Amino acid sequence: MGHAIPSTLAFFTPPTGHSPNASEIDSLYKIILVIAVVVFVAVWGGLLYALVKFRKRRGAVPAQIRGNTRLEVAWTVGAALILIALAVITFVKLPAIQNPPNSSANGDRLAARNVLLASTERKLPPNGKALNITVVGRQYIWQYVYPGASEPDGLGAPYSYEEMVVPTNTTVTLDVVASDVVHEWWIPELSGKVQAVPGYHSYTWFKVDQPGVYRGQCSFLCGRGHARMIATVRAVAPAQFDEWLANQKRQISEANAEAQKARAKLSKQTGAGQVENP
Amino acid sequence: MATYAPPIPVVSTDRAEREPSGWTSWITTTDHKRIGIMYMVATFVFFCLGGVEALLMRLQLGVPNNTLVTPTVYNQLFTMHGTTMIFLFVVPFFAGLANYFVPLMIGARDMAFPRLNALSLWLLIAGGIVFYASIFFNPPEAGWTSYPPLSSTLFTPSGGQDAWIYLIHLTGLSSILGAINFYATIANMRARGMGWGRLPLFIWALLTYSVLIIFAMPVIAGAVTLLLTDRHFGTHFFDQANGGSPLLWQHLFWFFGHPEVYIMILPGFGVVSEILPVFARKPIFGYRAIAAATVAIAFLGFLTWAHHMFTSPIPEAILVFVMLSSYFIAVPTGVKILNWIATLWRGTIEFTTPLLFCVGFIALFVIGGISGIFLATFPVDWQLKETYYLVAHLHFVLVGGSVMTIFAAIYYWFPKVTGRMLSEGLGRLSFALIFVGILTTFLIQHVIGLDGMPRRVYEYDNVGNLALYNLISTVGSFILGAGVVATIVNVARSLKVGVIAGPDPWKANTLEWFTTSPPPVNNFDVIPLVRSVEPMKDIRREIERRSGAAHAAGGATVPSGATQVGV
Repeated sequence: MGHAIPSTLAFFTPPTGHSPNASEIDSLYKIILVIAVVVFVAVWGGLLYALVKFRKRRGAVPAQIRGNTRLEVAWTVGAALILIALAVITFVKLPAIQNPPNSSANGDRLAARNVLLASTERKLPPNGKALNITVVGRQYIWQYVYPGASEPDGLGAPYSYEEMVVPTNTTVTLDVVASDVVHEWWIPELSGKVQAVPGYHSYTWFKVDQPGVYRGQCSFLCGRGHARMIATVRAVAPAQFDEWLANQKRQISEANAEAQKARAKLSKQTGAGQVENP
Repeated sequence: MATYAPPIPVVSTDRAEREPSGWTSWITTTDHKRIGIMYMVATFVFFCLGGVEALLMRLQLGVPNNTLVTPTVYNQLFTMHGTTMIFLFVVPFFAGLANYFVPLMIGARDMAFPRLNALSLWLLIAGGIVFYASIFFNPPEAGWTSYPPLSSTLFTPSGGQDAWIYLIHLTGLSSILGAINFYATIANMRARGMGWGRLPLFIWALLTYSVLIIFAMPVIAGAVTLLLTDRHFGTHFFDQANGGSPLLWQHLFWFFGHPEVYIMILPGFGVVSEILPVFARKPIFGYRAIAAATVAIAFLGFLTWAHHMFTSPIPEAILVFVMLSSYFIAVPTGVKILNWIATLWRGTIEFTTPLLFCVGFIALFVIGGISGIFLATFPVDWQLKETYYLVAHLHFVLVGGSVMTIFAAIYYWFPKVTGRMLSEGLGRLSFALIFVGILTTFLIQHVIGLDGMPRRVYEYDNVGNLALYNLISTVGSFILGAGVVATIVNVARSLKVGVIAGPDPWKANTLEWFTTSPPPVNNFDVIPLVRSVEPMKDIRREIERRSGAAHAAGGATVPSGATQVGV
């Protein structure tokens, strides 16, 4: 029986976070849960007690009470106080949820070189350095564009689809956009959701504490394929990440070169619609 | 010994005015009671349709990676389900209830504008028919929130989206006209002596409901008009590529959408505030506080819309403001719940079916209210929003809240409308099934959401315990469905074989019980003077006093529309 209460509470709790912001949200959730359980037990207890105790019996006379100003003021103020306390707790927790910390010493070097510009919406670590990834939502796949553009205007940057690869212990900031309809980025264990709205930028961040694959999916209805718009984040050691990114970049530029060659060949051909069979 | 000649009848008309009958009399009627009945029957049919859609969705989600319905059909199902339940059931069902009972409870003979009233009904039915006609073509599939750009012609070319827009226009106009009518009726046609402080709390709730509709509905009407012109006339209000903004829709939609939540629940609060005192045999605890809380909720309801947009790109100051205003709205709501429990306290509670539904409502609504606090805390909402946790929350407040109170109202007022009682046995069975069904279906959905399952997905992978939890929820939804069927059977049976109710079967407090069941076309021959918030209590006491102890001991019954009670 003593075990029942904590396990019931655990049942109604999100999975443990693997990023400081997700963990902070988790702990804020648990504080509210405790208050909620107390309120729930008090109200259900009062209601059940009243129903049993004051059910119609022979000879019972209902008390003709029309109200009690003092009592009513007391519970109004009481309810307000609980909510003010909750608001205070939320504001105390808020900075840790919203503001990214610096990358750890064992984080990725790329992040340490990558100085970003802050804005009112976009929160940055105190030293202004983070690995920034642009997340593009489109029907029905997520695209991730990593730093490392080889051409001006950010062109030639390495990218990947569906699975995002990130270094552990490194602050990763996300710039979330959408190219067609509204989507929503969500990896439950890493951070809360942000909506990807066409024409707008949304920002979030995470700092993964241990290697692993973290699963999520688009959480805002984006059409018929919404349920299959999966997003995963694979966190690997920083050295491995650098290797992966270099490899990804090389593969993309090779593929681009191939495509360029094919296009050149096409343009040399005379007659429309003729494509050489390789 | 003087003898009197028998009185000679004076013939003043050459034919008797008979009550109109036949189906044409229903279509052409402007009687608020007939209109009310048609409202309630029609919306209940839509409730059943929406329920079937819900059960189909639960069947699809009963097992992981199910292929019962296609993704397209699934999207159509939840769009139809949400839209039906909100625009074609909860809001207009309360309008029907209001139609029937506003004049009766305030001692009026009809609504202020009877023909406008008929127009409201037929606009509603036209909206429902237009909307449901789309199932023979292409039903809408962008969700009841229909966010652009998804709802634009580029991504949803089908005419179903236009049927949805048309439905919003027609039912919205119906609601606005109805609300103006309720407001005018309540403001001008109350019985002598019924000041604002003696208005039944159900009427207070409907007055507030009307004001909310008058302010909120034009906003959604405007928003869907912009969507319509975007779709067909080349405008770009919501098109970011041409200077429009998808966020504009979110603001407009939720500026309507949040007051809509209170439009759907405040009349339910009013129903509970009427029924609890009757069966606790005690006056409502804190009449003024409950009336004031109703108005406070309505006002605050206009300041909280952006809590549906906590993950949208909006400034942090708004997040903070909306979190606080959403917290504040919990205070008057909590006050009401405590007032209701205090009404039961030290009463002599009779466990009739209407009371059971009211008590079940309090129990379930508390759960929905508490999960609302989690969702109002915006950092926590970042995790919970758009998941099954949200689905659980909104169904606890809408099914556990509005639907429970609608069933309470059906059981409480059925005798007045039909003259016959509903069966208590079937009523209890229905209550038990619905209560258990709601808990089984929706409690587990909190956990489904916490485990990472978003809403509006037609399939999910079998990770963790999702398969088991979803199966539990599906089983629960069928228990809930069985409970609704029990009430339908009960109503169908009782129309023929129900016990004759008499004018005042519950010994209730408000004026509708003063007249016969069902009431005559003109409602009252004589409208009594109202001296308190419980006029029927005064009338019963007065009859006891006049008819003497002997009669009172035999159990005085209230004469219907009693002309001799010229109070």
